[in-house]
Amino acid sequence: MPTGTASGSLWPAPPDLMTSKIVRWAFNAVLVPLVSVVSGFLVGAIAIVAAGADPVEAYTALFQGAFTNHNAFAETLVSTTPYVFLGLALALGFRAGLFNIGAEGQFYIGSLSGIFVAYSIHGLPAVVEIPVGLLAGMAGGAFWASIAGALKARFGAHEVITTIMLNYVSFLVASYLVDTPGLMLAPNVSTPRTPDADAGAILPILLNGSRLHLGFIIALLAVPAVWFLIERTTIGFRLRAVGFNPGAARTAGISVGRTVVLTMALSGALAGLAGIVEVLGVNHHMTDTVAAGYGFDAIAVALLARSNPWGVLPAALLFGALHNGASFMQLQTQVSSDLISIVQAFVIIFVAAPSIVGWLFRLRRAAGETVAITQRGVDAPVS
Amino acid sequence: MSDFLHQLDPVGLLSITLITATPLTLAALGGMMCERSGVVNIALEGIMLTGAFIGYAVAFFAHSLWLGVLAAVASGMIIASLHAVLSISFLVDQIVSGMVINILAVGITGVFYRTYLESATTVGPGTLPHWDVPILDSIPVIGPIFFQNQFVTYAMLVLIGVVHFVLFRTVWGLRTRACGEHPRAAETAGINVYFVRYVNVIASGALAGLGGAYFSLQQIGNFLPNMTGGRGFIALAAMIFGKWTPLGAFGASLLFSGSDQIGSRMQSVFHVGVPLQFLGMLPYVLTIIVVAGAMGRAIAPAAVGRPYKKGS
Repeated sequence: MPTGTASGSLWPAPPDLMTSKIVRWAFNAVLVPLVSVVSGFLVGAIAIVAAGADPVEAYTALFQGAFTNHNAFAETLVSTTPYVFLGLALALGFRAGLFNIGAEGQFYIGSLSGIFVAYSIHGLPAVVEIPVGLLAGMAGGAFWASIAGALKARFGAHEVITTIMLNYVSFLVASYLVDTPGLMLAPNVSTPRTPDADAGAILPILLNGSRLHLGFIIALLAVPAVWFLIERTTIGFRLRAVGFNPGAARTAGISVGRTVVLTMALSGALAGLAGIVEVLGVNHHMTDTVAAGYGFDAIAVALLARSNPWGVLPAALLFGALHNGASFMQLQTQVSSDLISIVQAFVIIFVAAPSIVGWLFRLRRAAGETVAITQRGVDAPVS
Repeated sequence: MSDFLHQLDPVGLLSITLITATPLTLAALGGMMCERSGVVNIALEGIMLTGAFIGYAVAFFAHSLWLGVLAAVASGMIIASLHAVLSISFLVDQIVSGMVINILAVGITGVFYRTYLESATTVGPGTLPHWDVPILDSIPVIGPIFFQNQFVTYAMLVLIGVVHFVLFRTVWGLRTRACGEHPRAAETAGINVYFVRYVNVIASGALAGLGGAYFSLQQIGNFLPNMTGGRGFIALAAMIFGKWTPLGAFGASLLFSGSDQIGSRMQSVFHVGVPLQFLGMLPYVLTIIVVAGAMGRAIAPAAVGRPYKKGS
């Protein structure tokens, strides 16, 4: 199983290299993320001390808020759900060499298109309304991301720049649509928001007394689905080929442009799904306040998962737990919930620079090894 | 007609446009130094936020606005040097490294603001004084716009010229641009690519950090969490729209902040219902158009975003 662009190869390795390949896999997929997370928490502890609090106390509260308090674990799974979809969205892009910083924008556009459909339809059975609502959300996200994909395929516009810009456009689109009477603004509300979704479109609750909704199951199913798409389908093969070497892919007869647009659309569909699942599962409507920072978090999840769909699940759980536990930590110990941003930043640093981890733990084989997040990141050899 | 002009207040409009363009221009100049040497800088937002916070914290506890300004610049340089270490020495993807800075800045400023400043009851350090340039400030129109400002805005005006001179008229600028276009050729010619990139990334931190001081020390005399509010990304847009040149970036910053001001004025004075959101989209949409090659293509330095590894 290829484990990301760093060590993966399109072709099976010769048998005599298998041992070292397993060692490499274990190092890349298990040890580095694990050590990174632990190191991230250690740096976080230093920040807690600097902020005049007790790290043990703070992390205990964080753990309680994430897992052991009443309903805490169910809430953690609620927070995990969007991270699964978003992590998959980013991972999918990374495998094709695309850096989709615009997941946040696609999240909001998907939420908008999804909620629009979900409050417009009436009286159909849930088996119809839920899929229709989710598909509308995916379509919105796919459309928004494919703008960046098309600009890259047609004009060579860098997707990092266009998706950053499209993020801000999407916030303003959302605020315009939700704030304007006659568009998506619900009548007679004190704070601007859309009407509620039709009852049939709302995702059912899985666990009585909690907010855990069907979206979590959908997220669990999305993981093998995306894995299958990447590893076992023609589309996935093209996507990986373009990620490894666009020039070679083109020579082999793969349309690089079409693959780029398709990959962005698929990535956007997942981000849009994250948005609409959150809307139909938790709030049932959308407000005009945006910018929850999902885009940044999604990058962190995908990096921690080393762009492997299966790895997205534990990474998303970690981020869901951090976010859910942070507010209880702030309440109990006065340490700002922003602390988890510090932890998160250092987790990414250690994951993205395994040579730092290797240097810290004297693992020579890691030294000097670079992680090619995307092909763009590597200086092409001069011929 | 005179009533209309009075309500529109063109001089006031231009003056506030120049003032609000200050942090955009400074961060864009910083981004330019960085990217001209071949290192992408999407960390401008985080650097400005750090500068705004550290600048305010130092001004608050040391009771000196000027130490605050210095601290803003220094903290920008420090956090930018993390970007440099990660992306130049450890070959971390430059986008990832920039993202890390942005996330880290939110964390650091949030945590320490809550602990040390949020509930502080003593009076804050105030804002940087207005300096009127003698004689020049009495020139009609020009005077009120350019010569009755605060420190960060004057510094911005000077630094536009400085960065232009450094990039296009000095040996250092030539080396910087060589590293951004073709680092291998630059190294062959005896230029230390790592050194040039390090210095430029750290210089970009100084510029963006000064931009951060605008928010907390010049504009309101306080720090609020996330007070830069995405303006680092507008600065990135201004840098691209200005095609990686100081004057271009300045013009783009004026355009972006001006459209913002016109939008709010249209609503407050004339009650024209142009949705503010559409004017707000202007910087982003224009940048997308320019990156896509319409309206004269913006071409980034050729080697931007590529980690450079000696001798490979």
